[in-house]
Amino acid sequence: MKRILVAIKRVVDYNVRIRVKPDGSGVITDGVKMSINPFDEIALEEALRLKEKGIVEEVLAVSIGTADCQQQLRTALAMGADRAILVQTDAVIEPLDAARIFRALCERETPLLAILGKQAIDDDCSQTGQMLAALWGRPQATFASKVEINGDVARVTREVDAGLETIEVDLPAVITTDLRLNEPRYVKLPDIMKAKKKPLDTLDPGALGVTPVERLKPVKFEPPPVRAKGVMVKDTQELIDALRRKGLA
Amino acid sequence: MNRILIVGEHDGSRLNPAIAKCVTCARGIPDAEITIAVFAADPTAVAADAATVAGVDRVVTVTHAIHSNALAAAIAPQLAELAAAYTHVFGPSTTFGKDLMPRVAALLDAPQVSDLMAVESATRFRRPIYASNAITTVAAAEGSKIIATVRIASFEAAGVSVAPAPIEAVTVAAEPATHTRFISVSSARSDRPDLQTAAKVVSGGRALASADNFGILFKLADKMGAAVGASRAAVDAGYAANEMQVGQTGKIISPDLYLAFGISGAIQHLTGIKDAKTIVAINKDPEAPIFEVADIGLVGDLFQIVPELDRLLG
Ligand SMILES: Cc1cc2nc3c(=O)[nH]c(=O)nc-3n(C[C@H](O)[C@H](O)[C@H](O)COP(=O)(O)OP(=O)(O)OC[C@H]3O[C@@H](n4cnc5c(N)ncnc54)[C@H](O)[C@@H]3O)c2cc1C
Ligand SMILES: Nc1ncnc2c1ncn2[C@@H]1O[C@H](COP(=O)(O)O)[C@@H](O)[C@H]1O
Repeated sequence: MKRILVAIKRVVDYNVRIRVKPDGSGVITDGVKMSINPFDEIALEEALRLKEKGIVEEVLAVSIGTADCQQQLRTALAMGADRAILVQTDAVIEPLDAARIFRALCERETPLLAILGKQAIDDDCSQTGQMLAALWGRPQATFASKVEINGDVARVTREVDAGLETIEVDLPAVITTDLRLNEPRYVKLPDIMKAKKKPLDTLDPGALGVTPVERLKPVKFEPPPVRAKGVMVKDTQELIDALRRKGLA
Repeated sequence: MNRILIVGEHDGSRLNPAIAKCVTCARGIPDAEITIAVFAADPTAVAADAATVAGVDRVVTVTHAIHSNALAAAIAPQLAELAAAYTHVFGPSTTFGKDLMPRVAALLDAPQVSDLMAVESATRFRRPIYASNAITTVAAAEGSKIIATVRIASFEAAGVSVAPAPIEAVTVAAEPATHTRFISVSSARSDRPDLQTAAKVVSGGRALASADNFGILFKLADKMGAAVGASRAAVDAGYAANEMQVGQTGKIISPDLYLAFGISGAIQHLTGIKDAKTIVAINKDPEAPIFEVADIGLVGDLFQIVPELDRLLG
């Protein structure tokens, strides 16, 4: 069966104002709204559209993390994923280990595409997709804003610093999503009910041959430096005067 | 001795200015010996450029026809092979570096520090997380190989050296992958300063309301010698090109002057401008969050203020 594997990371919702714990041991996540990483929602939407076009038959959603990630996987199933796998662990998973887990799953599930987000908005690493592609020995098309599948190749438009780049990759391949790839659909109430019956399997990282290692130990968390309070000016002339005093106009 | 290999991003003829910033970052590592690697179809001009970055000890070149366009899948196996002799492998936090470096890290089975913003030791670094709403210090085990992308807004460019570093052509056994093919790149090339390195940036948000209206910002920018940026809302609405986006998912910039017109100041946008020396905000809503970070604020209608600025700057 032709399928797409989609990564679904549970992260602090993008509207939450992040605060660092006073003792510097981390950021406050207790009682904070959690959501699917916005880029992963876009990944799922793209997979669903490719399924609707008849290019694949199954969309498999995968999350790595604590038992709570089931909530985000249920949302993914309600959006339209056919099946979900939670690779359950309480350990901190660095991108390299996430990539190892995805590689093991890609070898088992042989998807046509693995679609991940271009970055997780918690760690902002932007690594996992590229690492998966390297370990899996497959092409990567990162920061995608357009995807076209033609037989056994994908043509992908990428958002790069210079503008838009188009590359062609042999399938299977890894794609990471940029924000402008699509607008994810809303979940409808009846779909939430239906999603309860869809299969959600739980696996241990060990079952995939992965023992997570902490390679980069976070030793400290700090709030960012605050900028000094600015001044308000009345009109355009005052603005120009202020800029001239700073030698900026 | 720490041996640092920096991948020399280029456009075929010139070294990307971000590399001189990576060199400054690398020089922060104690007892560092710095090499720039240039992968190109013809590396001559770029290597000569790289050799004059102050603080660089050596430039190595890998020549292959496939490198006429930069593809991560083609460069990664060759860079990973070169990396065997180094303690650190750095690339810039540009889309090129973000695409390439994790692929290299995985091939080397090494961790990557993304958006490295400060060096505390050879194995201890600071980096932003949560859209720069927190800064974390991470430490790797002594002796482990470190891959990093360098947050270029955090470092000044290294100067130019009068005595160029030696350039050496090297051969690698790893063949570039061919499963990935470059097709085309489209960009609105302009004579305006580059957004990522410009000293001044004029930027517009959703309030501009059309691509035509963005014209008034271009006009002002040209008068000021500034680059033009945009918020994501302006890009999504089609008022500005995607490469103009500033913010968490666009470009992180550090100009001397950032002028924001009709931008509300969402955290994802502010992430991109926190390193600007002076932020000026023009917004008709006095409650707009951008005023919380602005050094100079002016409440008013941009459609009145932009032409006035243009005229008064004469
Ligand atoms: C995962 C994620 C990543 C994101 N990444 C980015 C990013 O990289 N960059 C980015 O910019 N955004 C990003 N965003 C979007 C961000 O959250 C905001 O939606 C966006 O920045 C808003 O753009 P804006 O300020 O132009 O529009 P708005 O928020 O709509 O603000 C328009 C402003 O214009 C003012 N205004 C209206 N008319 C006038 C006038 N005539 N004169 C003066 N002022 C006027 C209004 O008062 C208002 O403050 C991201 C969002 C997510 C979820
Ligand atoms: N623990 C995880 N569970 C599910 N997906 C993940 C996980 N970690 C990373 N990913 C995927 O990898 C992308 C990039 O993450 P990162 O490299 O951490 O920025 C995310 O958008 C997800 O698609």
